Amino acid sequence: MARIAGVDIPDNKRGEIALTYIYGIGRKSAQTILTKAGVNYDKKANAWSDDESTAIRTVIGAEYKVEGVLKSEVQMSIKRLLDIGCYRGLRHRKGLPVRGQRTKNNSRTRKGKRKTVANKKKATK
Amino acid sequence: MGRSLKKGPYIDFRLDNKVQALNVSGKKTVVKTWSRRSMISPDFVGHTFAVHNGNKFIPVYVTENMVGHKLGEFSPTRNFRGHTAKKDKGK
Repeated sequence: MARIAGVDIPDNKRGEIALTYIYGIGRKSAQTILTKAGVNYDKKANAWSDDESTAIRTVIGAEYKVEGVLKSEVQMSIKRLLDIGCYRGLRHRKGLPVRGQRTKNNSRTRKGKRKTVANKKKATK
Repeated sequence: MGRSLKKGPYIDFRLDNKVQALNVSGKKTVVKTWSRRSMISPDFVGHTFAVHNGNKFIPVYVTENMVGHKLGEFSPTRNFRGHTAKKDKGK
């Protein structure tokens, strides 16, 4: 089990996939990292030699913002929006979609579980 | 921020002139404006704008962080006060 970028322990998956378990690394950047480190995409994470994992670690450390650093950066930008009181900040504050999506229905990801309003009148014939 | 970078920021000409005049004279008066579409340029920092929201003018004090946003982003046009509470009917 390799331990890369702090807490993440990608298991016996292909390297390309295993790296995406790190916050801030997707398929594309995983591939770039592996190319730079000179590791085959298809090599399982547990088959990496020590040299290879060190190479991967250096590439990530030097060129990518991952995990805590990235998360705090995202939080900081949201906080900035909240502080200046712009429209996007207000939407964040209310927990509604920020980029102009409709809210008449859907957008459950932002709004969370449905909150049914009690005493809604039944349609009468 | 949508507008393509190569086009450069858009600021209404008249608004820009007003702010430049204020900067030259060193005065700080509230600038009334309807130009919600204007981007906040670094020159605007420290001024107060009264930005129209379709109904009235919302005072916006521009700080450093706001540079690059549009004036309209700080003057909400909708006012949602919540849904009316349904009356609790007996039984």
